[in-house]
Amino acid sequence: MAVFEPEAEGIVLDAEETGGGIVGRSPWALAGRRLARNRIALAALVLFVLIVAVSFAAPLYAKHLAHTNPFESNISGTVTIDGKTRQVLEQGGGKLGLGETPIGPTWHSHYLLGADNQGRDVAARVLYGGRSSLLIGIGSALMAAFVALIFALVAGFFGGWTDAIISRLMDLIWAFPLYLLAISLATVLLTSPHGLTIGFIQVAADSLWIPLVIIGIVYVPYIYRPIRGQVLSLREKEFVEAAIAQGASNLRLIFTEVLPNVASTVIVLMPLMIATTILTESALSYLSIGVQAPKASWGTIIQDGQELLYTRPWVAIAPGIMIVLTVLALNILGDGLRDALDPRSKVRVKG
Amino acid sequence: MAAFIIRRLLWMLVVLFAITVLVFLIFFATPGVDPARQMAGRNPSAATIRSIKHEFGLDRSLPVRYGLMMKHMFISRDLISYGSHTRVIPEVVSATPVTLSLVFGAAVIWIVFSILTGVAAAVLRGTIFDPFLMILALIGISVPVFWLGEVVNLVTQSRLHDSFLFSWVPPLGYTPLTQDPFMWFKQLFFPWLTLSVLYIGFYARVLRANLIETDSEDYIRTARAKGLSERRVLFRHTLRTSMITFVSLFGLDFAVLVGGGALLTEVVFGLPGVGLLTYNSLTSLDLPVIMTTVVYAAFFITLASALVDLVYAWLDPRVRLA
Repeated sequence: MAVFEPEAEGIVLDAEETGGGIVGRSPWALAGRRLARNRIALAALVLFVLIVAVSFAAPLYAKHLAHTNPFESNISGTVTIDGKTRQVLEQGGGKLGLGETPIGPTWHSHYLLGADNQGRDVAARVLYGGRSSLLIGIGSALMAAFVALIFALVAGFFGGWTDAIISRLMDLIWAFPLYLLAISLATVLLTSPHGLTIGFIQVAADSLWIPLVIIGIVYVPYIYRPIRGQVLSLREKEFVEAAIAQGASNLRLIFTEVLPNVASTVIVLMPLMIATTILTESALSYLSIGVQAPKASWGTIIQDGQELLYTRPWVAIAPGIMIVLTVLALNILGDGLRDALDPRSKVRVKG
Repeated sequence: MAAFIIRRLLWMLVVLFAITVLVFLIFFATPGVDPARQMAGRNPSAATIRSIKHEFGLDRSLPVRYGLMMKHMFISRDLISYGSHTRVIPEVVSATPVTLSLVFGAAVIWIVFSILTGVAAAVLRGTIFDPFLMILALIGISVPVFWLGEVVNLVTQSRLHDSFLFSWVPPLGYTPLTQDPFMWFKQLFFPWLTLSVLYIGFYARVLRANLIETDSEDYIRTARAKGLSERRVLFRHTLRTSMITFVSLFGLDFAVLVGGGALLTEVVFGLPGVGLLTYNSLTSLDLPVIMTTVVYAAFFITLASALVDLVYAWLDPRVRLA
């Protein structure tokens, strides 16, 4: 008799799992094997790693291929392509032949995707922008997960008043409209001229930490809710009782009995969370309350490109394609991880 | 049910209070930030700063300041934008129909198409169409809405505007429904589509998962055993149960969009709704406007989510006891 009926969602179980009785394997090893067999999820993982690697190689690209500093305006510069020398900002490129239009995509190593309206290399900027976007996306997701995990473990484990207070606090953050909370925090923090000083911590107004922390705070309840529920039910399990009977301390119970059992939920949530935080970061940066100049992120480049949309569309299109690819890869990876670690779970994060 | 209603409404009041306190703390009590200077906008005169200091009681204790802020916002409703020197609240009220038009239209589109996609994927499970539709849905939830809007503008306003396909597309902007219904429709058509893409993808995925889950329930087997046609099982039994989640999700998303979530779409398409008003105040650092839209939108969302919970409890008695 099969104890465990797999969903017919393309998950094939090993002989060991169906009770063929060969070797005992840890749940992690089994999950790893299931993930390795999911080709689409693996392709998504490869794509994501590739995007991260390419983005972090941005300085190499800028220095050795594009030979440019993408943070310095190059208004009067020239570039030589196929033996012809052209202005980076060409005169009268628009419909009416007025004003200056940056050079379009050259499909050569110099100005591969053209220049923006300050004559900066768009391709190099997109790579640098990826660094900020990925750093903030991954950083804020990690921060949200870390904070949520601590609160969920404490609330779920101790229950009672502790749980009631923490859960109501989380409900409050949850009830506050996400973009509005981020907008309020960002306007106040970014408009203060000397940055923010809390005690001995000093944060410059253009620091990447500001969007990172704002987005991190906003998403804490999204991770807190599913994990707290799980901790609450784990607390009543026999193996926890057994550990209590053996005289284990609260800390020991939390770290060796409860934590390992919620780890898979956190891992399943992570890619979906990073996908969400990257989208949020790009939206905030597009509204000019995320990453601040001179730093760039995919969102700020899309905003730069908006003025040039009808003349030089690649400035806005290229970073958007990067966002779509990254987020899509993370969403597919998240689905694959969920199937591998927890085939019957209903945990889903909203995109 | 009565106890549930009372509990839910009390919680709503707590949330409303907490939101105003939070907004107050963010705007008036962030350490190291001078609220008077911030409220006054760019390059304020010394007199403006002094009058703001007086009006909001910035030299007095925190509870008094909170009371003054609430008075200006809800009782005397005389907050003044320091950018445009107009009253904030009438401005917000006059921008609301634009946001409502945008969100209503998008909601109709996303309900119809997500049900079609979700049901089609669940029914066609096992064929190539199911994964194909689900990948499309996944792409839909991975595209940033403001970028999609730019691409749509690029195609319909510039690159293919002179072709027969898009020559009917009017310039970006908004015409009130009462003034010219046809123009209203034409200008909102692409914003509606753009805004609904994310929700079509998300709802189709949720609906498909729900349909498949419900399909293994005993009462569905009973329905089949009674000899009901597949169509009847799907529409009268499976789909009906699956719609409960769908409806509660819809209520919340709709509220969030009206309360500022449609901001990005409004900015890209130049629709002068509440979102664009907030955005314009952002670029000119007009804090009274931002403060007001944030509080009013948060109130709207809180009220709507209380309403959704009550409807949900009415539909599903189990929720009342939770």
